[in-house]
Amino acid sequence: MNTILQVERLTHTYSVGTPFQRSAVEDISFAVERGEFLGIIGHTGSGKSTLIQHLNGLLRPTAGRVLLEGKDIWAEPKKIRNVRFQVGLVFQYPEYQLFEETVYKDIAFGPKNQGKTGDALDHAVREAARLVGLRDEHLDKSPFELSGGQKRRVALAGVLAMEPKVLVLDEPTAGLDPAGRENLMANIRDFHRNQGTTILLVSHSMDEIARNANRILVLKSARILMSGTPAEVFARGEELLAAGLDVPQITRVAMALRDRGLPVDPAVYTVEGLEAQLLALKRGGGPC
Amino acid sequence: MSDMIETESLRFAYPADEGQKPVYALRGVDLTIEKGSFVVVLGHNGSGKSTLAKTFNAVLLPAGGKVYVEGMDTLDQSLLLAIRQRVGMVFQNPDNQIVANVVEEDVAFAPENLGVPTEEIRRRVDDALKAVGMDEFVTHAPHLLSGGQKQRIAIAGVIAMEPDCVVLDEATAMLDPVGRREVLSTVHRLNREKGITVILITHHMDEAEEADRVIVMNDGRVELDGTPAEVFRQVTRLRRLGLTVPDTVDLLDRLRREGLEVPLDALSVEDCAAAIAETVRS
Amino acid sequence: MLKDITLGQYFPGNTVAHRLDPRTKILLVVLYITALFCAGSFAAYGLMAAVLAVCVRVSRVGLRALVKGLKPVLFIIVFTGLLNLLFTPGEGILWAWGPFHVTETGLRNAAFMVLRIMLLIMGTFLMTYTTSPISLTDGLERLLSGLKRFHVPVHELTMIMSIALRFIPTLIEETDKIMSAQKARGADFESGNLMEKARALVPILVPLFISAFRRADELATAMECRCYHGGEGRTKLHVLQYQRRDYAALTLGVLILAGVIALRACGL
Repeated sequence: MNTILQVERLTHTYSVGTPFQRSAVEDISFAVERGEFLGIIGHTGSGKSTLIQHLNGLLRPTAGRVLLEGKDIWAEPKKIRNVRFQVGLVFQYPEYQLFEETVYKDIAFGPKNQGKTGDALDHAVREAARLVGLRDEHLDKSPFELSGGQKRRVALAGVLAMEPKVLVLDEPTAGLDPAGRENLMANIRDFHRNQGTTILLVSHSMDEIARNANRILVLKSARILMSGTPAEVFARGEELLAAGLDVPQITRVAMALRDRGLPVDPAVYTVEGLEAQLLALKRGGGPC
Repeated sequence: MSDMIETESLRFAYPADEGQKPVYALRGVDLTIEKGSFVVVLGHNGSGKSTLAKTFNAVLLPAGGKVYVEGMDTLDQSLLLAIRQRVGMVFQNPDNQIVANVVEEDVAFAPENLGVPTEEIRRRVDDALKAVGMDEFVTHAPHLLSGGQKQRIAIAGVIAMEPDCVVLDEATAMLDPVGRREVLSTVHRLNREKGITVILITHHMDEAEEADRVIVMNDGRVELDGTPAEVFRQVTRLRRLGLTVPDTVDLLDRLRREGLEVPLDALSVEDCAAAIAETVRS
Repeated sequence: MLKDITLGQYFPGNTVAHRLDPRTKILLVVLYITALFCAGSFAAYGLMAAVLAVCVRVSRVGLRALVKGLKPVLFIIVFTGLLNLLFTPGEGILWAWGPFHVTETGLRNAAFMVLRIMLLIMGTFLMTYTTSPISLTDGLERLLSGLKRFHVPVHELTMIMSIALRFIPTLIEETDKIMSAQKARGADFESGNLMEKARALVPILVPLFISAFRRADELATAMECRCYHGGEGRTKLHVLQYQRRDYAALTLGVLILAGVIALRACGL
């Protein structure tokens, strides 16, 4: 096993010593393997946002540690910026962070801060733009002339251009229409497959997580409620529902079918998966 | 039968840059929305669905054709306040429609504008907050509430005008699943209990499941119009329009292609499971 | 963190200080400030400090919150204090070094100046802590309503003020978010000289302005949709009405001002 990122007993408490004191993250531990696609799911207020801001050192743990390639990211606080280049964090609605006159300049902001110049800078910008599906003619435009979906791609490219080892995406498809959501996710999947970058995807949408992640972390009230492969997690559908979380619609159909006495696997979470099981049942085979 | 809103070959264009031809966002829409109905308008970004919504209370005025609100022409300036009082509008970003920093003051904003007497404002504010289930938050600061709660305050602010119709212009787009459920169940209740006409603009297909009527917009025109079951049956057509269908319909569609005799219009999880169970057993 | 800024914050409560009519409170603060500027002796400042202490006690706003409000202006307080301390000419030089000299008058002036600023800020903050922004602007609108006759757009001005107050927390939160997002792209706001620091603000200010304009646009539409058409014919959820306690408080305020003026007249 090759661990790239490790979170050890992480706790973050806001407003220490005031009546408003509360822990947004409490005693959380998990490890992320190199090349993994990890889904993180939980309600608003479950601690997701606080957690991910620790991964690139935007927040400092109240207790516990975050290790990047085995090294505590706060070992040298002065060099925390280097961590931010290695763990790229794309916030929710990232298009609101665009500020430059042209798309090119905006994407170049990160790599420039990194110290890249000349050909290396140009290459980083163009490569990042290509990865998110922006064409050359977009680069000289003002980011504010683009459509909402394109702006978001520019913002994503702005982080990819730093060539991070780990990419953390907070609700990358929020507010997009179905076609926009699917396009962007397909892009991210391709990127993950081709570049081998480790990806952490935070999402409200169980369906999105189910379709993309190979492992899922479920957060509830500042702690980890469960973790495992999508099949393992969705097999505990009842528990997820009881915790006020969604399960994919297909998992709910499977649960309803089991209630009606059909022997389908409760861990199914894709349309294709359930279809295959039902066809097998119909054609006289047992449950698969 | 009485009509809440009626449009006649409605056209609308956003102002274009100099020397360019205006791009029509609506190119001839004829619709009649019945009083008391729950209508969901679907469409991808740029299909014209939001533009359409904004013509319903004269935020945008027709460039061609007409919009009538309970028979009132939206082009008639003298009817502006009457029209806006009848058709309330809730927008996408909850933060950008809350005016005051105390919940009750915000809900009171519209009745204050309408010159409603003080005691009557009090009653309306309390009723509206109760109607959206936010009566515990009368004196709270809105910026500390969750997204779903903020949108419910926005709905209460509109209900306090005692409108006949509420238009939600992608009001669920920025919410998490919990917030979306809160808002949806609130407007369904308003529709059921107070008979308020609801027009919900969204790109979340699953929000259309319980509607009376689904209208799908594409390229400034009405592309599909019918009950949810009628509309979602058109799986291929919806996909071509850049929309998805609920996973339930997708599953039923796939099973039918494999020769299973399942209906295509069992939208809800329960109906879908019941239909499949029956067919698989037979 | 920006979130620690307490400016314009309101602490809900139900004390007399909270229940007073906002107009009364505004007038009281005017009286209080006048009194502070009339005060010219330790006795007078002692009286003013006592008045403030009683008000703080009555309002049940913690002293700590008030002192915290001083933080952003600490620099100004120290600066004015030092300026008065080191540069006031006069008799009885206690200490001198180069152009600096501490005189008895200087010492006195510095102490008064620091006291005056501190009392002024704490008093004003006490008002904002105990009065919701909306009733504050409401009070202001009513107090200034006479100016409408002279075509002063009183309603519009107070509406601007209350919307500004409403959006302060939203914009602070937004600034925090944008800062974090740019930091995640390696922006550096801490190091560098003044020019570099100023330039580092561009990636924050541009998105912040764009977002503020977008919000303003959307808010204007939302307000119109809720039948807003200026101040004409508007009614109110809360109608302001002076109570007996308001008259009592105002009488007390006038008496204290008279007391301070009397102290000054007596040369104290």
